[in-house]
Amino acid sequence: MSRKLLLENAHIEGINTYDVYRKNGGYRSVEKALKSMSPDDILEEVKKSGLRGRGGAGFPTGMKWSFLAKPDGVPRHLVCNADESEPGTFKDRYLMEKIPHLLIEGMIVSSFALGANQSYIYIRGEYMYVLQILEKAIKEAYDNGWLGKNIQGSGFDFDLAVTPGAGAYICGEETALIESLEGNRGNPRMKPPFPAVKGLWQRPTVVNNVETIAAVVPIVNDGGDEYAKIGIGRSTGTKLISASGNINKPGVYEIDLGLSVEEFIYGDDYCGGIKNGKKLKACVPGGSSVPILPHYLVCKTAEGNDRLMTYESLSEGGFETGSMLGSGGFIVYDEDQCIVRNTWNFARFYHHESCGQCSPCREGTGWMKKVLHNLEHGKGKQEDIDLLWDIQSKIEGNTICPLGDAAAWPVAAAIRHFREEFEWHVKEPSLSQEKNYGLVTEKQFETETA
Amino acid sequence: MADENKIKVTIDGKSVEVDPGTTILDAARQVGGDVVPPAMCYYSSLEGSGGKCRTCLVQVTKGSERDPRPMPKLVPSCSTAVMDGMEVSNKTSDRVLEARKGVVELLLINHPLDCPVCDQAGECHLQDLAFEHGVSQSRYDFKRREFDKVDIGEYIKLHMTRCILCYRCVYTANQLTENREHGVLKRGDAAEIGTFIEKNLKNDFIGNVIDVCPVGALTDKTFRFRSRVWYTKPMDAHRNCEKCSGKSVLWMVGDEVTRVTARKDEYGEVKEFICNDCRFDSKDVSKWTIEGPRKIKRHSVISANHYSKEIPKHTTLLNKA
Repeated sequence: MSRKLLLENAHIEGINTYDVYRKNGGYRSVEKALKSMSPDDILEEVKKSGLRGRGGAGFPTGMKWSFLAKPDGVPRHLVCNADESEPGTFKDRYLMEKIPHLLIEGMIVSSFALGANQSYIYIRGEYMYVLQILEKAIKEAYDNGWLGKNIQGSGFDFDLAVTPGAGAYICGEETALIESLEGNRGNPRMKPPFPAVKGLWQRPTVVNNVETIAAVVPIVNDGGDEYAKIGIGRSTGTKLISASGNINKPGVYEIDLGLSVEEFIYGDDYCGGIKNGKKLKACVPGGSSVPILPHYLVCKTAEGNDRLMTYESLSEGGFETGSMLGSGGFIVYDEDQCIVRNTWNFARFYHHESCGQCSPCREGTGWMKKVLHNLEHGKGKQEDIDLLWDIQSKIEGNTICPLGDAAAWPVAAAIRHFREEFEWHVKEPSLSQEKNYGLVTEKQFETETA
Repeated sequence: MADENKIKVTIDGKSVEVDPGTTILDAARQVGGDVVPPAMCYYSSLEGSGGKCRTCLVQVTKGSERDPRPMPKLVPSCSTAVMDGMEVSNKTSDRVLEARKGVVELLLINHPLDCPVCDQAGECHLQDLAFEHGVSQSRYDFKRREFDKVDIGEYIKLHMTRCILCYRCVYTANQLTENREHGVLKRGDAAEIGTFIEKNLKNDFIGNVIDVCPVGALTDKTFRFRSRVWYTKPMDAHRNCEKCSGKSVLWMVGDEVTRVTARKDEYGEVKEFICNDCRFDSKDVSKWTIEGPRKIKRHSVISANHYSKEIPKHTTLLNKA
């Protein structure tokens, strides 16, 4: 069983209220930071911890913080990205819903480290009830002197506000988030300049995921070295995983990075195996945008190594035979699931969520969706599969923001690993409407790579 | 001797020295000729424009003298600043040509291709772009996106179906006028240019959105369906105007002024915007001082028959015909 650094107290009755949270050791990190640490000390601890961004890209947080420009007389901001919209990901919601004060505590400490006196939590519009929970918690924090002027007599002034979006996946992209926070249409900005130089209102800004900011609390409490002891190599600490799909126990799990994927899927402490005794067909380990893995690449890598829940192990083999840890949206498919249908569903999502600013994504996502719709509904042609491959390759890497890549990768991976199933949909149009293809064979994979 | 403050950039093997902060596209325009990437959304006089259409993507094969690593992705040349010693491939890179072909194909899948009845035909950037980089057959066999035609003001017709969402008109309206009346509604491929509840655009300079539109989405209602542009003769002319410089182009049929536009440079960009009075209400030749015929670079698809050598290789259908 993994240690719990974030969700340790999540089950305690009333932990979402200030009194219970404080009684269970809450706001200790703020006391420690404000009394005995300088902003640079905290940055040093975060660097030592090896913490990497938990939103999906996995960029080292300490490095991101150290890029923040610090011109004289210009306010800086920390923005918490709570626009969790990746299909299959629901860890931030759980954390904010259960222990909202942990996020607030993390925001105070992180803002102190960055020298920000006004920070924002940008929350997804669909999480309206979570917004209310957070607002209540922020009010409690103000009432008890953890927010506002001169926090706990330390001389540090800090204000925190939570702002809801209007329900757009694209606003999880940091520059689109900043645009939306400023009150504009949520279109991503051109980079450079990066937010660390010109972000919110053209001021230096750090945008971090909810889980990243929450993880700063145990890092400050116990020290970066202690945090770095958990995990393997450059994947340190614990990670929240949102497990869903055909498993016995879907939910949010806090795991030590380095846990084996096999244990995570089949272990009784975690997902508890595939539901109804079925066989594993495929797995999307990091949210809908990362490449899907066929069953023979889930627990073992192509090299035959055990696949582990780390940034490195999940991406071993690149996009040919690997995937990504991403945001930790772990979706499991059993033998009865249709990959074509699943890919179509993802494509539908990305088409709906494209902002429409740059042409490859605006036009390409809709085209992929239509071609996949035909394939899934028995109206596909053999050349449609190559066409799909071609469209995704025209989108990937050619767009302003990563939404184009996120739309292209799942299509590419599905065709790469499940081409046989796509072809079956074309060859057996009526049969494919009645039943599912079943498991893809490893033999096909061997002949492809040979 | 080289200027100390200039930096050197090489595009398709041709070197040029430019000021720091210059974009790759502007550097290429200083070289001129066929190293200039096409641009559908970038407009040098509009702040914030560019980066959206992705037709100007280029490959940076050497980042700079200090950091010679190539850039992993293709970059939009209109919004990427040059570095000293940077080497860029435009037409010499197959990867760039392939990506550009892809962008053109994607731009065209929802375009109505109604050039025979479109007023922009003959001076349409999308038409030129498709002629140079496109393929003769589309692989898209779904219903194309359609919108109703809308009047936005007395003089301007918006035909959203043709729009490629370059945002040029949005920047023009925002930067010319004080109120934000013109913008983009909805998102993804349902996004459309719109005014606040179909409000009329009323501003002395709003007619310029017609000139910045690269396609036939915004057209001049005083000229619509009057004549094909290639039957009209462009004449440089000016008049004394209180609102603008009065420097315009009259598009004449005989002695009749069919249309007035601002003067566009070789990249189709207007440097001096003109007012509505000049554009819409001065179609009487006696109001103008004619300077002489305007030289237009005939590079468009409608001039294709005049080419003797330079037909691009991939237009094989034309060659066979």
